[in-house]
Amino acid sequence: MLLTKPTRRHFLKGTGILIVSFSLPSLSTTAFAQSGTPASSGTKTVALDDVDAFLAIDPSGSVTLYSGKVDLGTGITTALTQIVAEELDVPLARIQVIEGDTALTPAQGKTWGSLSIQNGGVQIRQAAATARHALLQEAAKRLGVPVEDLIIDQGTVRSRSGAAQVTYGELIGGKTFSLKLDKEAPLKDPATYKIVGQPVPRVDIPGKMTGQFTYMQDFKLPGMLHGRVVRPTGIGSTLLSIDESSVKDVPGLVKVVRQGNFLGVVAESEWGAIRAAQKLKVSWSDWEGLPEQSQLWEHVRATKVNKDDVTSNVGSAEQTLQQAAKRISSTYNFAIHTHGSIGPSCAVAEIKEGKLTCWSSSQATHDLRLQLAAMLSMSDTDVRAIYVEGSGCYGRNGHEDAAADAVLLARAVGRPVRVQWMRADEHGWDPKGPPTLMDLQAGLDANGNVIAWYSQLYVPEGAIGNVKLVAAELAGLPHETGMVPGNVIQNTAIPYAFPNVRTVAHRLAETPLRPSWIRAPGRMQNTFCNESFMDELAAAVGADPLEFRLRYLNDPRGVELLKRLASLARWQGRSSPGQSSSDRSSSDRMAKRETGDVATGRGLTYVKYELARTYVGAVADVEVNRKSGEIHVKHFAVVQDCGQIINPDGVKNQVEGNVVQTVSRVLKEEVTFDRSRVTSLNWASYRILTFPEIPDVDVELIDRPTEKPWGAGEPSAAVVPSAISNAVFDAVGVRLRSVPFTPAKVLAAMQNS
Amino acid sequence: MPLLYALRDDLGLHGPRFGCGLGQCGACTVHLDGRAVRSCVTPISSVGKKKIVTLEGLGTLEKLHPVQKAFIEEQAAQCGYCINGMIMEAAAFLASNKGPSEAQIKQALARNLCRCGTHLRIVRAVKRAAASV
Repeated sequence: MLLTKPTRRHFLKGTGILIVSFSLPSLSTTAFAQSGTPASSGTKTVALDDVDAFLAIDPSGSVTLYSGKVDLGTGITTALTQIVAEELDVPLARIQVIEGDTALTPAQGKTWGSLSIQNGGVQIRQAAATARHALLQEAAKRLGVPVEDLIIDQGTVRSRSGAAQVTYGELIGGKTFSLKLDKEAPLKDPATYKIVGQPVPRVDIPGKMTGQFTYMQDFKLPGMLHGRVVRPTGIGSTLLSIDESSVKDVPGLVKVVRQGNFLGVVAESEWGAIRAAQKLKVSWSDWEGLPEQSQLWEHVRATKVNKDDVTSNVGSAEQTLQQAAKRISSTYNFAIHTHGSIGPSCAVAEIKEGKLTCWSSSQATHDLRLQLAAMLSMSDTDVRAIYVEGSGCYGRNGHEDAAADAVLLARAVGRPVRVQWMRADEHGWDPKGPPTLMDLQAGLDANGNVIAWYSQLYVPEGAIGNVKLVAAELAGLPHETGMVPGNVIQNTAIPYAFPNVRTVAHRLAETPLRPSWIRAPGRMQNTFCNESFMDELAAAVGADPLEFRLRYLNDPRGVELLKRLASLARWQGRSSPGQSSSDRSSSDRMAKRETGDVATGRGLTYVKYELARTYVGAVADVEVNRKSGEIHVKHFAVVQDCGQIINPDGVKNQVEGNVVQTVSRVLKEEVTFDRSRVTSLNWASYRILTFPEIPDVDVELIDRPTEKPWGAGEPSAAVVPSAISNAVFDAVGVRLRSVPFTPAKVLAAMQNS
Repeated sequence: MPLLYALRDDLGLHGPRFGCGLGQCGACTVHLDGRAVRSCVTPISSVGKKKIVTLEGLGTLEKLHPVQKAFIEEQAAQCGYCINGMIMEAAAFLASNKGPSEAQIKQALARNLCRCGTHLRIVRAVKRAAASV
């Protein structure tokens, strides 16, 4: 088979690690994992300050990039390849990438937070610059010409004046760099870039379109068995009894594995494991520890507050509110959401000679390695975690949990075990984006100026770290105890220069379902609250939403972005809600129309991600059916400034994806649960956007080649909910403050207005 | 046993994928006598002598099917886990629907789910393919 045929093999000098690489760059990402290399006791450096941790060049001139950041389907393999190709001046096709292997790749942090290019790529660029500088010095010595007389072309260093030349492969001569990463190593001038900034086609796409790509879900080991988990009927239920005779007829059943409340089955075939998991008769205790879903927001409000995080405090907002000529108060909420990966989480584990190797789609193999070692009370030096790209995760879904499941089952049967979750396992047991509640108050003076802004957010405590593993908790093995919802207080502070601002996050002692970060964690929910409330203030003073924002924005890049957005969306200044066709432009998309029961409107919104990086602005055009309450998002115009762009088509793909995924979240999505368990266990009970419902999306990117590259994977998700809420207000004059915007909520809001 | 497990586990194919096991998402789609079906809910006993074509059989890197070619040209994937279903559904649809409108394309794919939000590119790719098949 195409993928499994190695074309080049070489040993890293002195490390004893066999690197198997493949001739097709499009397929190289998973190549190493594909080779089924066992846990290694090798000593290739993974230290963040070693060039060798990131880069190797073999005698043929082929470059291997070792990346601690992994491609979650966002295209960063291609973007990181571009960065290396550019900085080293080698052709793209000569670079292979190995990602997320704890024995081979540096611990560059979790692949989260839109940091793979901004942090990971910048580290890799600096490693490449250090390598380039060293290679030039070596070439100058060998060729006997000053460095200033040398140019690099396609991995060959040559003299400007003469014919002397030497290749990278010859310079490195099969050795390692043995160099410390030089933070001051000179970077190429962006004005000379030929590869960075270009819409290079993604290296993984051809393989994915033809069934040649190996996803985690396709990964196999020789002698591998298949496992499935059997989860408790209530989240906190205890296992009372198992009737093993119920599965005695399942062909190829190897073992029913029980450890505490962890239960799984292992069989020779995948279908055998599925049948055994379905047929196994198990008795669980009753457990009803979840709140009534209909009372969720009362529950959140009544939950004990463990601490307050004050995320901004300017002037005296609370006092000023009391003196304001007009006070406006609103409460917003955002439902519990699942990640919703199309492919349920999957992992393979093998324990051999006291060493554990685990293949998974974890966003953070270096952290998973430590978690698995802790779970089994093993030394972390005996654990190797290897990334294999799987179905997209959009945050911390179930990939790590499936890994822990596979490990426990593999340990129980003494053979490699593959676990793939069933659909209900993923929907039911992946950690969830927690419920988010925010109270907002603003004060206006007699002239309609905003003089105070005060917001209070209610979200679970905890920030960054590792989400506890389901298997470890169920089995009573060592595991984390705290909650890890992601840094969900980001973007509570606002980008507008009001004289008095106070934003506080009340950090709750608990939340109904195990939380984790979902894409743009907190930033999406908080921007929904802030930017919808901002629209409320604009409407309260009869201001155009764009002009109103510009009034309080003194950030030149933000101002430029909003002006570009106005142009892209052909924004016509006016206040919301729209009254009649006379205050609208003649342009089709702008025209305020009522056709039968359908009203149209448009809403504008803006975010500066974490108030520190990527800027995004958006205008949504919606149709609202007054009779059915249905919202159809027709169009999104998005302008984004994420600094230097590595691959504009890759960034555009992320923006388009964020818009569609978040429209889905806003219009449709909500995890449902009863007192015992999650009840939205498949795509019929947890609906997502379908093709006939998607909006058109226009994206304009502001490229700033001389600026830092900022994240692009998340920020544009943050602007979507408020853009829709504001557009609905423009259309029908009601303010939607609770995601999802279901027809029932729309109808109720219209009845109450 | 559903057809999906025979294709993936016994024949080692990677095209059809497990997504839901319920016929709700389309990731497992294959062609049975040219018709797009959900292999996760198709009993193997019902296949009989029908001809099965998977993504691998539709076209290869060396000899791409026009729909695969269009998906590559439009860069119509993010994680790509659902794409097998998108291509197989679109190929079956285009085989019997010439020059479809955008609305018809969207309707043809209405039962295929994508989570990355690659829908816009997928529609563009199917349109592009429609012009060439």
